[in-house]
Amino acid sequence: MKTTSISAIAAIAITGAFVAAPAMARDEIQIKGSSTVLPYATIVAEAFGENFDFPTPVVQGGGSGAGRKALCEGVGENTIDIANSSSRIKQSDIDNCKANGVEQVMEVRIGYDGIVFASDINGAQFAFIPADWYNALAAKVMKDGKLVDNAAKSWTDVNADLPDQAILAFIPGTKHGTREVFDEKVLEAGCEATGAFEAYMAANGGDKKAAGKSCIALRTDGASVDIDGDYTETLARLDANKNAIGVFGLSFYENNTDKLRVATMSGITPSTETIAKGEYPVSRPLYFYVKMAHIGVIPGLQEYIDFFVSDDMAGPAGPLAAYGLVSDPELKKTQEMVANGGTAMGPLN
Amino acid sequence: MSEIPATTPLAAGGATARPQRRDIGIKRRYAAEARFRAYGMAAVGVAVLALVFLLVSILANGLGAFRQTFVTFDVTLDAAVLDKVGNRDPEEMKKVTTIGYGNLLKAALGTALDAAGVSTDGVSAKDVGGLLSKEAPAQLRNRVLADPGLLGTTISFRTYANGRIDGYFKGRVTMQSAALDSNVSPQQLELADRMREAGMIGVGFNTGFLFGPDASELRPEAAGLGIAILGSAYMMILVLLLSLPFGVAASIYLEEFAPQNRFTDLIEVNINNLAAVPSIVFGLLGLAIFINFMGLPQSASVVGALVLALMTLPTIIIATRAALKSVPPSIREAALGVGASRMQTVFHHVLPLAMPGILTGTIIGLARALGETAPLLLIGMVAFVRDFPAGPPEGFFDPASALPVQIYNWTQRADPAFVERASGAIIVLLVFLFFMNLAAIVLRRRFERRW
Repeated sequence: MKTTSISAIAAIAITGAFVAAPAMARDEIQIKGSSTVLPYATIVAEAFGENFDFPTPVVQGGGSGAGRKALCEGVGENTIDIANSSSRIKQSDIDNCKANGVEQVMEVRIGYDGIVFASDINGAQFAFIPADWYNALAAKVMKDGKLVDNAAKSWTDVNADLPDQAILAFIPGTKHGTREVFDEKVLEAGCEATGAFEAYMAANGGDKKAAGKSCIALRTDGASVDIDGDYTETLARLDANKNAIGVFGLSFYENNTDKLRVATMSGITPSTETIAKGEYPVSRPLYFYVKMAHIGVIPGLQEYIDFFVSDDMAGPAGPLAAYGLVSDPELKKTQEMVANGGTAMGPLN
Repeated sequence: MSEIPATTPLAAGGATARPQRRDIGIKRRYAAEARFRAYGMAAVGVAVLALVFLLVSILANGLGAFRQTFVTFDVTLDAAVLDKVGNRDPEEMKKVTTIGYGNLLKAALGTALDAAGVSTDGVSAKDVGGLLSKEAPAQLRNRVLADPGLLGTTISFRTYANGRIDGYFKGRVTMQSAALDSNVSPQQLELADRMREAGMIGVGFNTGFLFGPDASELRPEAAGLGIAILGSAYMMILVLLLSLPFGVAASIYLEEFAPQNRFTDLIEVNINNLAAVPSIVFGLLGLAIFINFMGLPQSASVVGALVLALMTLPTIIIATRAALKSVPPSIREAALGVGASRMQTVFHHVLPLAMPGILTGTIIGLARALGETAPLLLIGMVAFVRDFPAGPPEGFFDPASALPVQIYNWTQRADPAFVERASGAIIVLLVFLFFMNLAAIVLRRRFERRW
């Protein structure tokens, strides 16, 4: 009969634990979202846990969209407090939030992130303009005033000034926020510069959206490879394919400058300075979104937000900048907004 | 291969003809067997090679994580800086943040280098401070806050060296790579060499890797597995408590008491199916039921354990039923024959004899659960957790990490030092799995009875 009594005791203990569970209040901040913002959020969370009497926040990755979705799941202790996002929240997210009772969401811009194009350290030096990337990777390019299938084999086919190297690019997969920026700031910009955009407009009867969509359609003959994993995977693929060019976040590049040679874009070398000045074209703002109903309920939430945007953290001399975040020139405004309890977002226009 | 056709007609009236031997293809069959053996050996060889390659690459990458570069120097804890109010009240002293302690450490290291006669020519004060881990100010602050009496004294302080310096001593960073690296300069490495000669810096066993918490990307040198090991241990305890009693009870009922009908057949088919369901599906179930419906906390080991227990249950039930089936019916019949009830038969005779099989199955199920990442992804355990969970049972509800999750996390980080950490964590996980499987083998060998 020993076994039965043991299992009976175990069952009772477990049931008891469950009954006790809902009564426990959560005392740590829960954060989820973009894997681009994740390292910054962990740096702040770590420093926050060290310097304040509050527990260290728990930070999850999972992607910007997943974070915003989790934020909008509802109000209460079993939902997250902050969603990190490498792209701006969408109206559909806000509507979703409203539908689930999350009325007020505060938007906090923490700084900017650059996207860099880099190849193996021993490879050739590249100087790109967005049109080069469009002509190299797009499904159809302009030739003699007509849209034709892309047949470029080498970078010299695209631009005579570039090295004679076969076109092979590792770009972030479509689930990454980085891809959106690549599509918008590089491919669409190149599309317009080469005149392909107008040709698409004409072909689609002036439909801007359809033309934009055609602009970001990529060739499928293996010259462009989508990487669905992280930058570490891109780096490993680059290591195996010395002739390839990869797309990375600035902070990742800054941690691996001994392995990667960065290319210039429109003549500008990417760095925190050139991005802060707005010279380097391929950059994007990073955000986090706070569920305002949780401020004052989850201990330390207000302090965490204040701490995140403080000069000690997000300022130009802070640890986030040292890791590769481009400090926001308007950080002062954000600090004031946050210190005054924050303003909830209205509908996006 | 046979030269003589099997159906050669016998030579008519050939008394002198030798009796024809029927060709039974002996040569051909031996050749086939030899080929088959060669295939088998090749298959084993490939498997062994793959295993050796895996182990060698993991060990080569990961063993470095167990050793770490430490800097030791004297720090004078200036009371005027660290306790501005001057009443030694830890609450007041908390106002000095790690940034203040960082500046103090930077200055103290410069002083210590001067005192030891180590030249810092060509290295700025900022870069001298850059030799230290960013974890160092936090270590010093915690030490001072725990014992305010240290203020005003000079203590010997041992802390991690920066990840790049550590990499230099382990051969990961070279002068060439440092020249290209924006995070470390060759001058800093030369300074580190001079410090090694002065005995201020050295490589030692890294207890922090096994017992410390995770750290952010700015300080890979401080990242440890403590929370992951604790979280995994919590989960394994709970999985055992949840799945073993339920699994054994269910299998005893199904095997010994349940009537054979369509309903029990259906259950049996379902259990076999559940054992083959991908683990991430259990994660989805856990998210829907335990977090969204029951309101259990996110990232907590109890939710992880519930999900993993559900995943392990079919494995345990199948193993237990097989173990019960292998007990010969004569045992049951003898027990029933001397007047034992069916329950007495099961609990006094069948179950003890089936126990080795049950335990083996359980341990193998647990080992599988220990290595699972996918279901934990959905219940928020793939996270950056830096505070240790409390002791059980409250600690079951605190956020925790797990070993496979920590490996997954570290492989995604940008700093190359995390490659070593991830491989080191794999070694730890493999050691745990090895011992669990060893326990299963020992139990089987020791208690198994053959009939």
